[in-house]
Amino acid sequence: MTEVLDRPTSSQSVGAVEPLLRVSNLTKYYGHVAGCLDISFEMRPGEVLGIVGESGSGKTTLLNCISGKLAPTTGSIAFNSRRHGLVDIYDLSEPDRRRMQREDWGFVHQNPRDGLRMRVSGGANVAEPLMNLGRRHYGDMRQATMDWLSRVELDLGRVDDKPRNFSGGMQQRIQIARNLIHNPRLVFMDEPTGGLDVSVQARLLDLLRELVRDLGLAAIIVTHDMAVARLMADRLMVMKGGHVVETGLADQVLDDPQHPYTQLLVSSVLQI
Amino acid sequence: MTVTEAPARPNAAPEDRYYTYAYLDEQTKRMIRRAILKALAIPGYQVPFGSREMPVPYGWGTGGIQLTAAIIGPEDVYKCIDQGADDTTNAVSIRRFFATVADVATTEDTSEATIIQSRHRIPEQPLADGQIMVFQVPQPEPLRGLEPRETETRAMHAYAEYGLQYVSLYENISAYGRIAATAGYPVMIDERYLMSPSPIPKFDNPKMHMNPAILLFGAGREKRIYAVPPFTRVRSLDFEDYPFETQSWDEVCALCGANDSYLDEVVLDDKGQHMFVCSDSHYCADRREKGHAGPMAGHALAHIETEIAAEEV
Repeated sequence: MTEVLDRPTSSQSVGAVEPLLRVSNLTKYYGHVAGCLDISFEMRPGEVLGIVGESGSGKTTLLNCISGKLAPTTGSIAFNSRRHGLVDIYDLSEPDRRRMQREDWGFVHQNPRDGLRMRVSGGANVAEPLMNLGRRHYGDMRQATMDWLSRVELDLGRVDDKPRNFSGGMQQRIQIARNLIHNPRLVFMDEPTGGLDVSVQARLLDLLRELVRDLGLAAIIVTHDMAVARLMADRLMVMKGGHVVETGLADQVLDDPQHPYTQLLVSSVLQI
Repeated sequence: MTVTEAPARPNAAPEDRYYTYAYLDEQTKRMIRRAILKALAIPGYQVPFGSREMPVPYGWGTGGIQLTAAIIGPEDVYKCIDQGADDTTNAVSIRRFFATVADVATTEDTSEATIIQSRHRIPEQPLADGQIMVFQVPQPEPLRGLEPRETETRAMHAYAEYGLQYVSLYENISAYGRIAATAGYPVMIDERYLMSPSPIPKFDNPKMHMNPAILLFGAGREKRIYAVPPFTRVRSLDFEDYPFETQSWDEVCALCGANDSYLDEVVLDDKGQHMFVCSDSHYCADRREKGHAGPMAGHALAHIETEIAAEEV
């Protein structure tokens, strides 16, 4: 479980690299209510995809389907994992899929209470993914935990405090450290900076951008905050009523929106 | 279920043994025996079973009593211990219960017993081929404290995903500088299933490794049976840099002088006087009989203990 797995280097040209994720004709119905309809896209390693749209537009349904939490009604989701190559994640056996999720993915929830174990300390929360991958050396894991806590700018003296004793923003930083410590290839983020103040938000966005560049890390960020989308995402998908209404480079979509809904969305952002 | 007004019928012939021999009806015992066989076939796996209402409350050993009832026969010799002692209330009651409903001989001697029921200890004297240890388990799921969802813990057992258990050890080291967990210390059975060995002290964990006796675990409230067959590998979890260690004491047993047994601290007065004595009462009494003496040999506590034991016989 601990063998070193190859990771694509950023020096490879984008065109030559296999897609990291390929979503084809994804549709999810809740009974007769459509969650998301006929969505197809591809992602490359190191790419950050933003999904924006209003509440109820199907953003979270799409994220849950892609991250293996919710089986789609039709369509396929292929992920290029270190162990299995590019395969449909719902064709993998359950133990293989769970292992792939542990090894290759991270999931940052909007509410840190959903993504953390509230009964164990912050440090143990950060170290847990390493133990799940078979690491059994306490000293090494402790060191890795400390490194990550300092990278997310947390007070190292509080490493053994329970998550409930941290503020909401600190909890979110613990969650982000927990989801990056095992070098995932793809991180899902559902409104990751929702609970943070503006300066911390900016620093975290900065950190995440740096990591994406350094680690060849790809991310899918669901957000309704256009500023986060602008800062983080290389590419944007705008959703409305379960459909993707517009997709393109982030700056292009935000500076020159084509679809009436996107125009409305961009013009609704409050200016200081 | 027929209620039998069954006074003990010593030496009853097998052919006229009554229907609810050993309290449970035949169908229930059969169901439990099937669960035991499955548990022995998959060492460490928690087999669900239809736990019955017993004449003691849940938490007083209903799982262990049902296991014993399913395996006991008139030729068995039964021993029951609670916190290592044969003479505590719960041990005496359960022993009397089986003496009454199963017409079995009872003993305090570990080597004479064929079935030994316990919650907190494995006797100090090594178990032998042919003996069966029955444990009363309050919480069979070692991962429960970390993962409350049963669906999730079942999946973790099925796919042998046991990284989460190490989180509890990690917490221990970060809080106390060592693995401070003492009772119910999680073990890997035959390098496949993670198992909670009931609340025995980790002092007793090494005794389970390659043990010649059968170890049966019953959780009445949680409706689970699991087992460690004879000569099975049992490994206590640890970290590479924090290896597994058992408890040790600077003192010896105050009554028998043993330095190799699990010791209980007994407070003697409110002025700070205390003594350490063997938790295994039979082991201690046996050593004293053989002439071993500790620093407080002849203390009043030793006499009280033997008096009660004599009355019982």
